[in-house]
Parts: sequence; structure tokens; C-alpha cells
Amino acid sequence: MAPTDSINALAAPAPAGTTQSGKSPNDRPPATARKSSPLRRKLSRRTLLAINITSVAAGLLAWYLVAATGIVGLPGPDEVLVRGGELLADGTLAEDTAASLARVLSGFLVGSLLAIPVGFLMGWYQVGRAIIEPWVQFFRTIPPLALLPLVMVTMGIGEMPKIFVIFLAAFLSCVISTYQGVVSVDKTLINAARVLGANSMVIFGRVVIPASSPFILVGMRIGLGAGWATVVAAELIAAPNGLGMRMQQAQQFYDMPTILVNVIVIGILGLLMDRLLLMIEAHLTRWQERR
Amino acid sequence: MTTTTQKTMIRFEDLRQEFTLTGTTFTALDGVNLDIADGEFVTVVGPSGCGKSTMLNAAAGLLDPTAGRVMVDDREVDGPSPRTGVIFQQYALFPWLTVRKNVEFGLELKKVPAKERRTVVDHYLELVGLSRFADALPKELSGGMKQRCAIARAYAVNPEILLMDEPFGALDALTRVHMQEQLLETWTKERRTVMFVTHDVDESVFLASRVIVMAARPGRIYKEIKVGLPYPRTEEMRLSDEFAKLRAEVWAAVYHQPGVAEAHQ
Repeated sequence: MAPTDSINALAAPAPAGTTQSGKSPNDRPPATARKSSPLRRKLSRRTLLAINITSVAAGLLAWYLVAATGIVGLPGPDEVLVRGGELLADGTLAEDTAASLARVLSGFLVGSLLAIPVGFLMGWYQVGRAIIEPWVQFFRTIPPLALLPLVMVTMGIGEMPKIFVIFLAAFLSCVISTYQGVVSVDKTLINAARVLGANSMVIFGRVVIPASSPFILVGMRIGLGAGWATVVAAELIAAPNGLGMRMQQAQQFYDMPTILVNVIVIGILGLLMDRLLLMIEAHLTRWQERR
Repeated sequence: MTTTTQKTMIRFEDLRQEFTLTGTTFTALDGVNLDIADGEFVTVVGPSGCGKSTMLNAAAGLLDPTAGRVMVDDREVDGPSPRTGVIFQQYALFPWLTVRKNVEFGLELKKVPAKERRTVVDHYLELVGLSRFADALPKELSGGMKQRCAIARAYAVNPEILLMDEPFGALDALTRVHMQEQLLETWTKERRTVMFVTHDVDESVFLASRVIVMAARPGRIYKEIKVGLPYPRTEEMRLSDEFAKLRAEVWAAVYHQPGVAEAHQ
């Protein structure tokens, strides 16, 4: 189905263009390589991984060189690594990471758990859709962060407003895709279940939910990404801890290495969470025909 | 010859079906009357738009008739029911369930105990020749195997009648011939009343004891042709003169009915 495929395409380890040269002589090209265009040639996983690693190493080297020339006041990877070690040693990094993750996960879980029934209501009942859709469509056009000032005025500066905006971000992306999933369930499958004696409850639980699970999971992945992007920004305003707050604080002291440590941690954690959901998704939807 | 029992299993009574599409109402079926006897194998053939699938959906309880009614075993059809097995052209297997779980689906809904379910599923998988693929997912099966799985699933709930909506329409010609033979074999072993919709003239003659030819605009029954060939049907019969004659008769009824000529000008 389309949504998972496009996501998988995004997650492909290396862009097709980089595979053209195919330098390593030890890697035997597949039998069809001569006939197919170089863009379509399949490289082995090991080759692709080697290209990934080389690319990352080259990037780090470039960073090091730029930092060494001192053109931009950027600390080099070595400096950032040292600072990372210090932050890890004094427990700041662990505390910040835990705080940020707790906010994201609570907002994300509540958001997607609520999005699934709401998305089903929208897809299954015309009246439900007519009631809910205008609200979802309206709030979808507002970046959740834009609501932060309003939310802080009404909810104060504690944990609630931050979790609330994350909840909203996760909820909105998940509800739309659940709804999409429900309306695109093959009607023949529903009819097949009906003629086998299924009532509405059975059709809902045993046909509609599994059939739309690929959509729900894609929505959850997008929701988690949105939640993660939102937490860091939410923490920039009045938070006692968190990766975003630490960067904001470091900025006031021109503490570039600390900022970069947090940026990198945010990136790595985001990637790990996405990969985890991708694995869950691949496991739960392995029944799908993939083209 | 088929034994024509007196009992009527499926009865269409003055069935009329209208649809409204973008404001215009058109009549898909008008004045359809048909009796199908218990244990009979009837095929319904006709040009596209003649309402043959609509007729089947009405019998399956998937459509509400505009007027008239369909009776199955003397009870009016008022919705889908496990006493009516339906086999769809698009197989309609649940892709997230294995072959076994697909066949078991209807039995679970009937709250059949697990042990008995297993026996029944094994029996029907054996009957359609899918025993070795019980744990495969639909995506791993060929088109013909998927349709055999769907047939086993329909049989498993022990329906009184089987409605088949162009079940072999998506298969290649060779597979289709195999499937026709296998279907008749299954049907001979486990006799059910069958209404089989197709657009393939050969198929309609080979399978049926009676071919119903439909006409379009509005969809109605145009002609009934009795197929005198005995069961089991064999390859020799398919190549016989009598088969050719019947085939020509059905062909003429489908392609040279009044209205078809103008429609294609």
C-alpha cells in the first residue's frame, strides 16, 4: 500500500545516485545488471552499509576541517565529544533526556490512543465525520507550537502545557491517517465478512482494524516525529530540564559544545524511535503485498 | 442428466432493482423471475450492464431490492447470512490471515469449538487441494489458489446455496479451465445449489445444467437454455459436437440479442 511504501522509500539507506559508480571490484554484480540501468542495479547490503559509514565519516571530517579553520565559531567534533562526556558524567544529559522522552511519550501515547477511536468514528459514521472533521481540519493547519502561548496562559508553565502540545501534534497526524485507513478498507472484504455471518462489531474488530493498521502505524510514526519536533521547541520556554531547555540555557553562555551535544542527542533519539516504530510496523504488516 | 428435484432453493420474484447515480435513476433489473432447484447448477451469462451481478448481490442479501424479493429455501432474503455462501471475483481473502485462518473465519463466528473447526478446515483444504498451504498468507498464493481458498472458506460454514460472481474472471485461460473442472469435482462431492455469474460463454455451458442469458437496459432474463450434458463433465464433452451446438446457441443469445447491435454501433 502506498503510505508504507513511500515511508520505506524515505528510509532507504542511500540515495540511488550514490550507487552508480559501484567501485568495489569484489562485489559481484547481479546477473541482470548488464541489462538494467545503473540506477536500478541492486547493491548488496554490505556495500550500502559501507557507503553509509563512509558518508558519515566524510561529513564528520568536513565538520572537523571547518571547525579547525576557525571561519565560523564552531567547535569541532572532538570538543563536542568531550563536552558530551562531561554532561554524561554529571548526570545532566541523562536527566534532560529522561525529561524530554517522558514528555514526548506521554503526549504521543495519549494522542495516538485517542486518535484511533476518533479516526474510526470519522471513517465509519457519516455523522461522526461531520461533527469531528471541521475541528480536525482547522487545528491541523495550525502548527501545535503556535498554540503554546495560549496553552501556557491557560495551563501555566508546568508539565501540562508541554505535554498538551505534543499530544495535539501526535493526535492530529494520527487521526487523519486512521481516518484515511478506515475509508479505504476494501468493501469486498467487508461484504465477505458479512456473508460469513459477521455483525458490525465483528467487522469493526476483525476487518476494519486489521485492514487499516498500515495507515494507523504510518500515522503513529508521523505523530511521534511531530511530537519529538514539538517537545524541544516547547522546552525552550520555561522548563526546569529537558534537551531543549539545556540548549536554551547554553545559548545564553555562548556554550556551543553543549548546544551541539544536545542537537546530536535529539537527532539520535528521534532516529532510534522512528526505527523502532518502523520495525514494529514491518512486523505487524508483513501480510501486505509489497510492490 | 441432473436430477431435478421438485424443491425450489432460490426463487427470484418480480425482482426490480434501481440505482441512483449522480441524480439519475436507472433500472438495473426489471421483472426478474427465476426458480433454481435444490442441487442445481445454474450459470447466468450476459453482456456487461445486464445486471447479472446485481441479481447475485440481491440473492446474497448485499442489496435491498427496489421491488419484488428473493427467497432462499422459502425464506425471504433480508440481509447477508451464512446460509448463503458468496465467492467474489476479487477473492476477498483477508490478507492478514493465513489460508487456515481464512477458512476458519466463518466457523469462529458460528462459535464452533476449536477441535471441530480444525477438522472442518482440514477437510475443505483437502477438498480444494490446499492442505500444504494451510499456513501460507494469501499474498504467497497464485490467483487460482486464492480462489480455491475462497471456495473452501465459503463451503466451510456449510451454506445451503453458493453464489459465485465471476469467480474465475481474473484468471488466465488455462488456470480457468482447471478451476472449472475442480469446481465441478468439489460440487459433485459436496452438492449445493449454485448460481454462477460469468461473461464467458464456454464456462457457462461447461458448468451448468441450465444457462440463463440476460439482456441489458433494463437488465432482464432473455433466454433459458437447458444443457443436456450429463455430469461429470469431461474434456471430451467440452470438445463434443453437442457442446459446440449449445455454445453456439448461448453465444447467439448473448451477442445477437435485440439491442446489443445498436449499443455497439
